[in-house]
Amino acid sequence: MLDTKTNSAPKVGLFVTCLVDLFRPSVGFAAVKLLEDAGCVVEVPPAQTCCGQPAYNSGDREDTRAIARNTIEAFEGYDYIVAPSGSCAGMLKKHYPLLFKGEAIEQQAVEFSNKVHELVSFLVDVIGVKSVSARHEGSVTYHDSCSGLRELRIRSQPRALLSSVEGLEIREMKEADVCCGFGGTFCVKYPDISNAIVGKKTQNIRESGADTLLAGDLGCLMNMAGKLQREGSGMKVRHVAEVLAGMDDTPPIGGGRN
Amino acid sequence: MQITSPSFKENSRGALADAQLQKALGNVRAGFIDKRLKAVEALPEFDLLRDNARAIKDHVLAHLDLYLEAYEKKVTESGGHVHWAETAEDARRIVLDICRKANARTVTKGKSMITEEIGLNDFLEAEGIRPVETDLGEYIIQLRGEHPSHIIAPAVHLNKEQVEADFRRVHKHLAEGRDLSEPESLLGEARSVLRSEYFAADVGITGANFLVAETGTSIIVTNEGNGDLTQILPRVHIVMASLEKIVPTLDDASQILRVLARSATGQDMSVYTTLSTGPRRPGDPDGPEEYHVVLLDNGRSSMLGTEFQEMLRCIRCGACMNHCPVYHAVGGHAYGWVYPGPMGAVLTPSLIGVDKAGHLPNASTFCGRCEEVCPMRIPLPKMMRHWREREFERGLNPATQRYGLGLWAFFAKRPRLYRLASSLGIPVLSLLGGGKRRFRYLPLAGGWTKYRDLPAPEGRTFMQQWRDGGASVRARVA
Amino acid sequence: MSAREAILKKVRASLGASPEDGARREAAEHRLASPPRGIIPARGQLGDEERVVLFCKMAEKVSASVQRVERAEDVPAAVADYLRARNLPASVRMGGDPRLEAMPWARLKSLEIKNGKAGYEDEVGVSHASVGVAETGTIAMFSGPGNPTTVNFLPEHHIVVVDAKDIEGDLESVMSRVREKFGKGQMPRTLNFITGPSRSGDIEQKLLLGAHGPRALHLIVVG
Repeated sequence: MLDTKTNSAPKVGLFVTCLVDLFRPSVGFAAVKLLEDAGCVVEVPPAQTCCGQPAYNSGDREDTRAIARNTIEAFEGYDYIVAPSGSCAGMLKKHYPLLFKGEAIEQQAVEFSNKVHELVSFLVDVIGVKSVSARHEGSVTYHDSCSGLRELRIRSQPRALLSSVEGLEIREMKEADVCCGFGGTFCVKYPDISNAIVGKKTQNIRESGADTLLAGDLGCLMNMAGKLQREGSGMKVRHVAEVLAGMDDTPPIGGGRN
Repeated sequence: MQITSPSFKENSRGALADAQLQKALGNVRAGFIDKRLKAVEALPEFDLLRDNARAIKDHVLAHLDLYLEAYEKKVTESGGHVHWAETAEDARRIVLDICRKANARTVTKGKSMITEEIGLNDFLEAEGIRPVETDLGEYIIQLRGEHPSHIIAPAVHLNKEQVEADFRRVHKHLAEGRDLSEPESLLGEARSVLRSEYFAADVGITGANFLVAETGTSIIVTNEGNGDLTQILPRVHIVMASLEKIVPTLDDASQILRVLARSATGQDMSVYTTLSTGPRRPGDPDGPEEYHVVLLDNGRSSMLGTEFQEMLRCIRCGACMNHCPVYHAVGGHAYGWVYPGPMGAVLTPSLIGVDKAGHLPNASTFCGRCEEVCPMRIPLPKMMRHWREREFERGLNPATQRYGLGLWAFFAKRPRLYRLASSLGIPVLSLLGGGKRRFRYLPLAGGWTKYRDLPAPEGRTFMQQWRDGGASVRARVA
Repeated sequence: MSAREAILKKVRASLGASPEDGARREAAEHRLASPPRGIIPARGQLGDEERVVLFCKMAEKVSASVQRVERAEDVPAAVADYLRARNLPASVRMGGDPRLEAMPWARLKSLEIKNGKAGYEDEVGVSHASVGVAETGTIAMFSGPGNPTTVNFLPEHHIVVVDAKDIEGDLESVMSRVREKFGKGQMPRTLNFITGPSRSGDIEQKLLLGAHGPRALHLIVVG
């Protein structure tokens, strides 16, 4: 699995994402474990904050550009930049270059963008990981988060790795590829609509019969977990990396002593 | 029509609480998505056709003035008349003049979103001319005094019981005891009622899906056949179309037709694709004696050359709204003007102003499903974001939002301060989460906690833990 | 300034284009003079018999009924059979298409044939298609003195004769035929592409046949 050409371990800069940093560090540690197991050397540049989507999607282009510049600089010198989020990776990969069209920094942004990957698709598509050594007793259902699915074409990769987890059964939900209603600031700007959308989603999740919900984006996961818990469901919710890394000993998202 | 887009939030709340509407909206999700997918999967060249359809329209837009001139020349050669209208008001006047000259009392109408855009029905009625919508869905909503809630399925917000009640209310001349419990009987009744209207009409008005510059031809695409009866039975046929409907050639139209019906209804071809060129010819047994085309600008020319130009590739298939989770939740009327869903979220601010339609480009999760299914590959989320940028530049979004965002951005741009603030705040928030590890209520997070719990932070931030020796994750796992 | 000039001026201003720009003009004129054919689906690109078979299959898929007869002389009997099988009156509306007129209708003594355009009361119409399109099971009808457009829409039942040799693989081939038959840049007044009988899904998205146009479309393929 190592880079055979140079025979040296690929140097990966982990883009933690602000939500993982603040709300669920476990996902960050799971990502580090998966990357190290795959033969990568992982570093976490301290000068990172957020990918800038809250500003970008609110029409605040100048702040977005400032944040993007910081991020690009913070991640100089890595072979790859990997994020445990399709949404943030999509922002870094697909949108950063567009922010600097025709400017001197554009080339740098493009080079940066070429090195960016979402965690699970990086493991499968770039490193060639075919299976993980993890065990998880129970059935899971996987929600395809929108940006990962549509901007980065992540669909088969998490399912491929999940099917290698011992004891795990995948139960597909209906409309797994339909938005959960999170949408970043959308869910607080239009809470009524967001609630209607996530309500349909949690119904599909519950009908899958799985005991655990997985996805690759913490924003969506917090939205779905929060709704499931408000509905009184006992469904456990985790980031897919936690299960793939065999690090499911932490309480699930929003779950604690009941 | 009255614009209620500024009340999008209130409209949405009403829609979400409307049980009838919610039931009907289930039909959108069930009716369109699978059919489209099947039709697309059965045509291996579909994505290549999309690329070509996009290229054709991009070429048209870059040469629009020239193709408009070429088109007009061919219409005139075939004996038709082209009328140019800069505004909705101009277009209404032109139609009225033609109707007056034809001594028209009744006008039949094929389904046309552009006549909705210019508010033609109300205007004609005020001038003493009776417009009769002939598309089944349009007919139903005309009886109800409503507007379409979907660009290809105008009555998708209604259930059959509502239609039955309207037919009983309006068709007083029919037997009271008749059975109208099923869609079949409702369709049969509309068919027979409208038959006499086609024959009574003096003028027929249709829209156009395409205008072909090569031949001066207008094309309409329908399933019911009402558009055809509307345009061949009355003495005068008026085609109402906006500038961007132009395509250069018959082959170009054919290419786009292949992606249109598949994207709209999942059909390979709609039942009727009708190409009309000029008035009836010598020796023809039927067809209109006069053929008029009203070419409407109404803001399109100002979209050219801007970041919204690509919106003019839209062929009004409705796939974006059929796949939109927000549309599924609130339906078309909540958007508050003629064009709902993602295409409306981009087009409406262009046509009525972002100050009125500001909610529309904001009310999207950016899930990207609209762009994924758009046959013309219009980057709808990107253009909604452009509207948000214009709003932000003009300071149109609410002050609380701006301050919140500004505060967040202040920290996000300063990694050291951000580290410090989060390492102080997050552990406190984590503690507040208590044993359940989540919040049912949190000050300033009411938008979130109104409907869902907020998971509490696990404890110290990742960055804190990493710095304090998490550098090798194995140490932590062990 | 007329509305026409104002609009064209605005379009040019937005595009940053000048009307004298020769390269733009050339590009547009070139496309009109030699239309590029675009992407043609492989589906319809078949040998003669396979193409006819695909045409029939696709037409049936959209709820048309299809019948194949060997010779044009067989058409009147096929029409009579259709009417009998559905208990329809022995009366049809038929334009004066020469291909139809050449058929031996006189052999059917009891069949009434009404010529000219269709009216309110016509239950059955008979037309001759100019072209068939195999990829979608579509027929193309050119209007003209012997081919009233009303026959395509007013009767409840529409019977359409199409010659097997006129079945093309794709839509674009119909457009080429139009250019050959009518001349470049010329069209019949109405060209109807018809794909199955009329339908509507406007009430609860339930698909129903027989909206404003024919409830039934019967295709007779000759040859």
